[in-house]
Amino acid sequence: MNFDFSDEQKQMRDEARKFLSEQCPPKAVREVLDGKAPYDKALWKGLAEMGFLGVAIPEQFGGAGAGHLELCVIAEEMGRALAPVPFSSTVYLAAEAILIAGSDAQKQKWLPKIASGDAIGTLALFEGKGNPSPKAINVTANGGVLNGVKKPVADGAIADFAVVAARTGSSGRESDISLFIVDLKAGGVEVKSLTNIDLTRGQAEITFKDAKAEPLGAAGEGWSVITQVLDRAAVLTAFEQVGGADRALEMGRDYALDRIAFGRPIGSFQAVKHMLADMYVSATLARSNCYYGAWALSTNAGELPEAAAAARISATQAFQHCAKNNIQVHGGMGFTWEFDCHMYYRRANAVALGLGSLSYWEDALIDRMRKKNAA
Amino acid sequence: MNFDDTPQEAAFRAEAKAWIAANAPKQYEDELRKASLGRVALKGANILEVAKAWQKKKADAGWACLHWPKDYGGRGASPIERVIWQQEEGPFGRLSSMFIIGHGMCGPTMMAFAGEEQKRKYLPPLASGEKVWCQLFSEPAGGSDVAGLRTRAEKQGDEWVINGQKIWTSGAHYSDYGILLTRTDPDVAKHKGLTMFFLDMKSPGVEVRPIKQANGASDFNEVYFTDVRIPDSQRLGNVNDGWNVSLTTLMNERMSIGAGVSTGFPELFDFCNSLMLEDGPAIENRAVRAKLANWAVKASGLKYTSMRAISALSRGERPGPENSIGKLVAGSMIQDVATYALDLQGAAGALNGPEDAEVAGKFQAMLLRAPGTRVEGGTDEIMRNIIAERVLGLPGDIRVDKDVPFNKIPTKGRA
Repeated sequence: MNFDFSDEQKQMRDEARKFLSEQCPPKAVREVLDGKAPYDKALWKGLAEMGFLGVAIPEQFGGAGAGHLELCVIAEEMGRALAPVPFSSTVYLAAEAILIAGSDAQKQKWLPKIASGDAIGTLALFEGKGNPSPKAINVTANGGVLNGVKKPVADGAIADFAVVAARTGSSGRESDISLFIVDLKAGGVEVKSLTNIDLTRGQAEITFKDAKAEPLGAAGEGWSVITQVLDRAAVLTAFEQVGGADRALEMGRDYALDRIAFGRPIGSFQAVKHMLADMYVSATLARSNCYYGAWALSTNAGELPEAAAAARISATQAFQHCAKNNIQVHGGMGFTWEFDCHMYYRRANAVALGLGSLSYWEDALIDRMRKKNAA
Repeated sequence: MNFDDTPQEAAFRAEAKAWIAANAPKQYEDELRKASLGRVALKGANILEVAKAWQKKKADAGWACLHWPKDYGGRGASPIERVIWQQEEGPFGRLSSMFIIGHGMCGPTMMAFAGEEQKRKYLPPLASGEKVWCQLFSEPAGGSDVAGLRTRAEKQGDEWVINGQKIWTSGAHYSDYGILLTRTDPDVAKHKGLTMFFLDMKSPGVEVRPIKQANGASDFNEVYFTDVRIPDSQRLGNVNDGWNVSLTTLMNERMSIGAGVSTGFPELFDFCNSLMLEDGPAIENRAVRAKLANWAVKASGLKYTSMRAISALSRGERPGPENSIGKLVAGSMIQDVATYALDLQGAAGALNGPEDAEVAGKFQAMLLRAPGTRVEGGTDEIMRNIIAERVLGLPGDIRVDKDVPFNKIPTKGRA
């Protein structure tokens, strides 16, 4: 049994960590946090040069042709560094949707641009509050054009194109939903920037007014593709969350070792030690669930839907838990703008929602476990 | 990344599987499979006898204490082979619970500190289950603070005379031997005046009294020592070096991997799959599903944490520290799971006993046994300290009794 990443994959993780610690220190994250740039363009270019953007894209489409396990280890480091770039939108959502459902021509058109950093993509799924559901989709597609409003769209204001879920039928079934690719720089598209609780990542509202759209995949199969994309993205995002959780735990641990109160390091008080021990427990549970998700994703196993939901839930809980208690360990300083704790807290809570919130995935996990039980 | 056996592992697994299929006491398989915390019993059979017979059969065929050297009753197997055996033994492994202390703690301590002749004499019957061992560390005055123990050992000629009391001794009532931690010098700091022995539990002056636990069962005992005489040849390690000897024992207690901790989740998931609430099946109720999902990911998190440790063993490496979370997570989880299962039963959840309670009282038994799981073998608080100190590198507690002679340490909180 080797339920672990290979030495080469671990080496890639080390490379990514080294690259990000040099190219994406907290100071760089703060440029975006403070609104000085919508995202870190230099970092985006660097990631492309390192081959990270196209690591799971086949070589024939301009990628490195490695695989999803390699993408998992990079995702973990992206989360750890709070990289302020549209990595998840472009790589986990847009690229995966095209890989799953795209025609050869669509793959040739978009994937090389994603790998080279020349195109930012996103998935336009949500329309106001609520979790992913075919019933919640009201943007319509008729005669090759889209009409309606998507919100929130992660990284929508900086994206070049979006994969859009739209309504093409009215039967009340999942088959009413189809996917389209829309060039966001073309006519009929209005983009408005929205404020995210995670200020290091953008959100947008996108209005389509007879916007030209190209079908992605077969008509009526949009929801099935969305479900697959969300499962894949859930695993990859869970690695980001585990990376963030680990970093928040380390920050708390380091502070507890350095900070003296009542004549001793605060890390010698059991109330603080036990809080950190519990953070370690949740981060470890999440990591192990993520490994299972990575295995299922990389082997395209039938267990992927269940494994993805478990990884998503566990990693969401761990990152939220570690980020919030990291602030608690830091005391008052943790609640200042100056300390980095709030950046992890913001990211943990925003990323918890983007692919559907905890309650959505809890429901999905039990559904999937029941199906497996019944089978 | 894969779950596949290496060719050698696969061959070993096939051999183990075949032997188990041909030899295991299958008439008990169903009952053992259904056993849950607080409720392991076989109808119409004495579980101790069944367990001993199975252990002996394994030992005769070379399947007992796999990782021990052959000379001491083991198989000389690798750590990963031991794990594969446990996986294949499955529900029959539940018969091993009476041997866990002996095999997991006493045996390794004997192996590290007993003389060669003693090892050859005592270890093979321990491996085969013909002799059962217990561990006599905890005392009324020393639980988590083991080094606070007060049982005295005084040298008289070639013998030591023991007086005092132990508590929480699992299986003392059916044990043949025990390892015993005593105080040999009360005038020095508490960790520095301890000495370890092993003794025959039938020695004159040893009295075992079962403790009636909060759940009504009696898995543990008090053991009283009145002028019990132990030959100096049965001392393990040097005089006053018992603390270091006990660390070997305790280290082994926490090394066991792959046996799988019980969380109660599979039982709860099954229960919810069949339970009808007023407004429909429990499994379709959103509140129930949210609870289940949260426990599901803890259970799977533990499962795959253990898979990571097994993978390290398979590569011939020492597992990382992540396995230290198992007992802490499972202990409080099984308590919460049981509480919730009763909640779902409403007022009827208060009924106990196999006839009147839901699912034959499985969750009631679990609930009443669960508080013990959070205390035995290291309390939740001790486990958190271990994680904080050994994994995260946080400072140890400031010990006000560290450099004080043992007999000067206060013994009462409020006068």
